[in-house]
Amino acid sequence: MTTGLPITPAADGPAADCVRELTRKDFQTPQEVRWCPGCGDFAILAQVQKLLPSLGIPRSQFVFVSGIGCSSRFPYYVNTYGFHTIHGRAPAVATGVKCANPDLSVWVVTGDGDSLSIGTNHLIHCLRRNVDVKILLFNNRIYGLTKGQYSPTSEFGKKTKSSPLGTIEQPIRPIQMALAAEATFVARTLASDTVHLSATLAAAAKHRGAAFVEILQNCRVFNDGAFDEMGSRGDVDLRIELVHGKPLRFGVNGAKGIIQKNLEPSVVDLSSDPASEANLLVHDQRASSPALASLLADLEPPDFPLTIGVFRDLERPTYDGLLQTQIASAVAQRGQGDLRKLLNAGTTWEVD
Amino acid sequence: MSSATKDEKDLIQVHHATVRFAGDSGDGMQLVGSQFADISSLAGNAIRTLPDFPSEIRAPTGTLAGVSGFQLCFADEDVTTPGDAPYVLVAMNPAALKVNVRDIEPGGIIVVNEDEFNAKNLQKAGYASNPLEDSSLSAFRVIPVAMTRLNDEATRESGLPKSQAARCRNFFALGLMLWLYDRPVQPLLEWLIKKFYKTPAVMAANAASLRAGYNYANTAELFRIHFHIAPAKLPKGRYRRLTGNEAAALGCVAAAHRAARPLVYASYPITPASEILHELSNHKEFDVRVIQAEDEIAACCAAIGASFGGAIGITGTSGPGLALKTEAIGLAVMTELPLVVIDVQRAGPSTGMPTKTEQADLLMSLFGRPGESPAVVLAAATPADCFHIAFEAVRLATKYMTPVLVLSDSFLANSAEPFAIPDPDELPDLRIVLPPAASGFAPYARNPETLARPWAAPGTPGMEHRIGGLEKEDVTGMVTYDAANHRKMVGLRQQKIAGIANDIPPAQVHGPASGKLLVVGWGSTHGAIAAAVRQLQAEGKPVSRVHLRYINPLPRNLGEVFSGFETILVLENNLGQLKTLLCSQFKGDIRACNKVEGRPFLIREVRAAIEEII
Repeated sequence: MTTGLPITPAADGPAADCVRELTRKDFQTPQEVRWCPGCGDFAILAQVQKLLPSLGIPRSQFVFVSGIGCSSRFPYYVNTYGFHTIHGRAPAVATGVKCANPDLSVWVVTGDGDSLSIGTNHLIHCLRRNVDVKILLFNNRIYGLTKGQYSPTSEFGKKTKSSPLGTIEQPIRPIQMALAAEATFVARTLASDTVHLSATLAAAAKHRGAAFVEILQNCRVFNDGAFDEMGSRGDVDLRIELVHGKPLRFGVNGAKGIIQKNLEPSVVDLSSDPASEANLLVHDQRASSPALASLLADLEPPDFPLTIGVFRDLERPTYDGLLQTQIASAVAQRGQGDLRKLLNAGTTWEVD
Repeated sequence: MSSATKDEKDLIQVHHATVRFAGDSGDGMQLVGSQFADISSLAGNAIRTLPDFPSEIRAPTGTLAGVSGFQLCFADEDVTTPGDAPYVLVAMNPAALKVNVRDIEPGGIIVVNEDEFNAKNLQKAGYASNPLEDSSLSAFRVIPVAMTRLNDEATRESGLPKSQAARCRNFFALGLMLWLYDRPVQPLLEWLIKKFYKTPAVMAANAASLRAGYNYANTAELFRIHFHIAPAKLPKGRYRRLTGNEAAALGCVAAAHRAARPLVYASYPITPASEILHELSNHKEFDVRVIQAEDEIAACCAAIGASFGGAIGITGTSGPGLALKTEAIGLAVMTELPLVVIDVQRAGPSTGMPTKTEQADLLMSLFGRPGESPAVVLAAATPADCFHIAFEAVRLATKYMTPVLVLSDSFLANSAEPFAIPDPDELPDLRIVLPPAASGFAPYARNPETLARPWAAPGTPGMEHRIGGLEKEDVTGMVTYDAANHRKMVGLRQQKIAGIANDIPPAQVHGPASGKLLVVGWGSTHGAIAAAVRQLQAEGKPVSRVHLRYINPLPRNLGEVFSGFETILVLENNLGQLKTLLCSQFKGDIRACNKVEGRPFLIREVRAAIEEII
């Protein structure tokens, strides 16, 4: 259905915008990019700017919404519509944007402090409602913009400016939280692995509904090397890529694998125990139960490799879609709203 | 008209009446109260109503906490409040009598259901002795009626089980009141047919009880005399009765319709604003998109997102919620997006008294944001005015690209009055036409007349731009911390709001334009002030009044108006917030009269405050 929004034709017109093949350059802005040299955010920006022109969507249909933090400067650097909002609230603002105009491709860019601390509430509700927005959570496990305090994803015992003796808090697990919120698309990738990052972003873009992508991203200044032990430097023994329908194998030549017994996962070495191959866990990103995804999300070094890839990808009705359906059915039942009828409803009387 | 006979000699003409129905929350007092109001409206009276619900959802029956009341004032002249003191109280049990008797006009009538005045109920209500038998009610004319027994008799043939038929007692009481105020039974019988056509036994029982009550009042000569109130001289037109919350909701729908944009109403349930959420949820055929958000902050943020997306973004709340929305409203100020925030005020601070009225969010609306953060603040004067104020809020928000805060309160929200139904085609056209994009679209290039920046919604080709909470460079909207630019932008945001004074009506003085005393009111104090000032003016007293619907900016002629009076008296349901604001801007003898009891001003209280000065 139409959105009822007045569209004013632009000088170069919508046709020009659609027909001309867009390139990465079309999505760059004159605003100087102000992240620190070596920041993982640069790689994410580059991959997003490469992805957008490939989606077949006019540039004017994209909206990037962010909260507060280093990652949230992102919209200023993407030449589409952008809204740099307030701390933690980007999912709520994005929900409003999407409800106002469901035809838009709406993206949320947020960080671990922004959406796992001050704005956790909004993230959870955006996911459970399945609003058709793509949420990119840049997780550097530190507060960067405020110069180095621990974040809700910082590991237990981490020493920072605000925790000189080490933190006394258990970290939030973003993937587990998204799964608990019944998110329909849940993925994890690494800013340092541009190939995997690019493929994961493309999968999120394709998903209809709320897509949650945790991107492990290095903060060079305040938390350098945070993901070195998680295979961010490409060590195949330290990470395992989830592929739908495929057994979970990792290491050189896929020599290792993951099995489970009574929901307790363990690593098997297939070179010394080839019989275990038949017992390897097989990834199913379309499973309606989040149990397997949850088990896989828990795997991380040092006992296991880090799981990256798409944990879950389900088709479910979207919030904005259902909203439109209810409006369409109200119009079908009662006819297009007639203001005169509405104002004159109920008991009325005439004064002469 | 009923076929019951009347002795016309006993029919007394009066100008106005105030009646209160009170009973247990399960006794159906709201229903019969509003039906009595409809009947009186149909008879052409001016009318104001006010329900008084218990704050507990299901308080134990028969207790003081469970008493539910509905008061209405109807007249052959203009009615601006639900009445200071009821002349007639209908009390369905001892608790209802106990809670309400202190408000009754001396010499007034108390009709009680005497069957409920048994030992158990008297004890629950905290009566040591039966007030119908001691002399405690000697100041009133008490009319005990065996409503329970008479209702049982009347409904016996209906086929309803006795326990269910007992619930028709409220219609027996309504029948008594119809006779007392010379109202026809027929329209109610028709209403019952419409309402209960699926359950004929319920319809028959209620109808029987209603007739029985009417006939009993007539034949038992309960009241000796009864009253007639002639139609009021209301302006010509078609009317309906609306509460403030209903009117606000309709105003939002009408404004979005006239703006030809979808309405996105995002809200979190809160007393006393939730009825706006409920009402708007019922109008999806108008492309009303309701989001019940996860919290107050999300509600405001979703409304802002919707505005950015090109829709009419509105959020509604009460004081505690407004406090939570503070930061988001600041974002709308900074990004210069349209946003309407309806604050149905209640008694605070903190959770305060959620069902009771107050006007103490005024200064928070004006100044309760970090930084220099000007926004438009409007205040509805009457329940029906909530429609016009909501409409006006959307007009100003979209024309000037600014948040607009609308102040209502618990009293306006629940109170009802006749609403003169406007012709939708005559409501202002709120469509905003974007200038076609020249090659250099700039998000902060301003309309020289309004200082508004362009509202270019995502989806519009050629106008891609970024906005946000960081300070923006004038015209280009690029992020900048430049000192001169910040000074300029703070000034521009302030000037834009101040300039709206040229687009709103000047303050109108009711009464002489100069003299001894000018009474200033805002919001729901309108009714009591208007009535008190009118009475005193009729007595030849030197008093005028002005009522403010626009608080920021104030009407441009206000200083000039004030200069004509020796004393300015500001009446408000807070400790002097508007007075503080006025004192900061105007010189003169500005005094305050404040009431913070969770209740609106009574006419006599306003009179007393005025008479103390003149």
